[in-house]
Amino acid sequence: METPLIEFRKVVKGFNSHTVLDGIDLSIYENQICTISGKSGGGKSVLLKHIIGLIQPDSGEILLEGKPVRNMSKKEWDDYRSKIGYMFQGNALFDSMNVFDNVALPLVQTTNLSRKVIRQKVMNRIEEMALTEAVNKYPSELSGGMQKRVALARTLVTDPKIVLFDEPTTGQDPIRKNVILSMIAHARKRFGFTAVLVSHEVPDVYFISDRIVILWEGRIAFQGAYEEMTKLRGPVVDEFLRSLEGFQDELTGLMSKEMFRSRYSAELSVGKKKSRVSAILFSIDFDSLEKELGHEASLYTLKALAEYTNRYFGTIGGFSARHSRGEILTILPRAELEEAQQLLSAYSEGLQENVLKRIRDVTRRYVGIGCFAISVNAGLTEANVTEEFDEIIQEARKKQQTVATVRCEGGGQSG
Amino acid sequence: MAIMSEADFSQQRTNGIGRFFSIFGRPVVALINNLGAAAIFFFFACVNIFYRKQAREIISQVFYIGAKSTGIVVLVALFTGMVLGLQLYYTLIKFGSEGVLGSAIALSLVRELGPVLTAIVITARAGSAMAAEMGILRISEQIDALYTMRIDPIRYLISPRIAASMISFPFLTAFFDLVGIIGGYLTGVLLLGVNASSYFYRVNYSLEMVDVRGGFIKSFVFAIVVSTICCYQGYFCHMRSDSYGAKSVSLATTSAVVISCVLILIADYVVTSFIM
Repeated sequence: METPLIEFRKVVKGFNSHTVLDGIDLSIYENQICTISGKSGGGKSVLLKHIIGLIQPDSGEILLEGKPVRNMSKKEWDDYRSKIGYMFQGNALFDSMNVFDNVALPLVQTTNLSRKVIRQKVMNRIEEMALTEAVNKYPSELSGGMQKRVALARTLVTDPKIVLFDEPTTGQDPIRKNVILSMIAHARKRFGFTAVLVSHEVPDVYFISDRIVILWEGRIAFQGAYEEMTKLRGPVVDEFLRSLEGFQDELTGLMSKEMFRSRYSAELSVGKKKSRVSAILFSIDFDSLEKELGHEASLYTLKALAEYTNRYFGTIGGFSARHSRGEILTILPRAELEEAQQLLSAYSEGLQENVLKRIRDVTRRYVGIGCFAISVNAGLTEANVTEEFDEIIQEARKKQQTVATVRCEGGGQSG
Repeated sequence: MAIMSEADFSQQRTNGIGRFFSIFGRPVVALINNLGAAAIFFFFACVNIFYRKQAREIISQVFYIGAKSTGIVVLVALFTGMVLGLQLYYTLIKFGSEGVLGSAIALSLVRELGPVLTAIVITARAGSAMAAEMGILRISEQIDALYTMRIDPIRYLISPRIAASMISFPFLTAFFDLVGIIGGYLTGVLLLGVNASSYFYRVNYSLEMVDVRGGFIKSFVFAIVVSTICCYQGYFCHMRSDSYGAKSVSLATTSAVVISCVLILIADYVVTSFIM
């Protein structure tokens, strides 16, 4: 069995007779994104701070690569800390330093690199975070989103192997939240670090996570993959998801997954005449789109697609929710398969004619790119009410084919 | 009438003694704790003064604590010297001794008023700023951020300020003394007509190296006291039991100034008693 990179064993921590962490057993594995969710004030940040030693446990043990922290020599502890980056909830940027100095600070203070090398490393990170124009500005002159990016640049400038993110998307609008999460996922792929995120941006953060931990009243209510969580649901996970997800997916305006499930059950509850419905799984290659257009424009593209799908099928009683970052599942409870096929054809024409053109306008406006390739795939299937969502999705995925494309041919023509 | 049992009596007596110790003992224990913690804090800051990347930070702090305090020190020194000139002239003239005005002004400035007033002025100007800055860095998690970046916060933030204070205080004290003597000259000689040669002769004649050295020793001790207390109060403002957040920063700043001023006067007495 793989040894966890970081392991908590029966960790207890309290403040003023209030127990925040009550016997936490947690494993974080290498090269994974692990998201810690839970109620506000539930000890998520406290748990994160234990990993870097900002807080010590009252009892229990923390192991790093199988070795208890308390048995580590000073050198071993220093070596371990040199591999960690920490992005604070409030960014913790130095107000009296400009962006360059903020990002350069850990290199200047902890390495013997020459000024030239430091400048090069810092500028690389600043360019990656699209902060070149803000390099001489002070944190107070930047927007919240830019400050987050500066904090992210500073966290990543030392090439850490483990990065701890404490609520990196707090106070951001839905697009900006997803841009930050995309940046984290992208940076993880590129630099290959282990990420531990404290966040309750459901479902967006789950789409980029390999492992999810739900902290509930000082204890771990669940730890595992997102798919496991949706399958093996218990009362705590249910309550947690209901409390966080709300009715709508913030980014797309579609139903939240919880609402989608409730609506599905209500529409197709046993006792009604129909036992079979039509289901369509729409998908775009989000990762490729992100590479081509950048984080923000690709999110606008997804948003436009979701809005159109919702509007089109909503008028005939259909309802949709995001299944993963680039997938939308639509249920048509009142349409037979043949009828659904006709609706899908008409939808595809509208998508090709109106939406993809609009997407091109948006991307031209936001990133100056009106010339790119995007394909929307759709898979139509008939679902039985007794089937699990995963089975419906698998079935629809098998039947997917391209229903609309926009391809750049000499200056942004669609075709 | 109920008769108090032996156990009740013992309990009441214990409570009375317990209350006494709790009222007077706790603050004393807290004070001793704080003094010990401040001493350890100062020790670690001193150890890190000679870290190789410290020079730039120290110079920048000398500019802020020293150079930028010069104006206010000159102003206070000038008026202190002028008031001394007036007061001492009208006192000495009663005994026909106005000729020793230069000696009186120079000795009181160099031995006492110079180091003490300079320290109080810098406490008000730079010490309060140090406490507030440390407090804000603490509550906005910037000190934690330094720790996570493997930058020792005491080395990076505190050591340069203590080193800069040790350099700046004696220089500013020397400046204070000089300007104070000129202030005394303005009132004593130019306004009240004491002989100029006699004034400067007395200054030169009465001042000995031991006085100047004593003044510098005091200013050096005050530098340690002020910078340590102010940084300590701000750095640990999050551990105050009476307040949180911005309020803790404001209270830490107030405490820093008050404690520094009181300790300057106590240290002045202690150092003077050793020197004399």
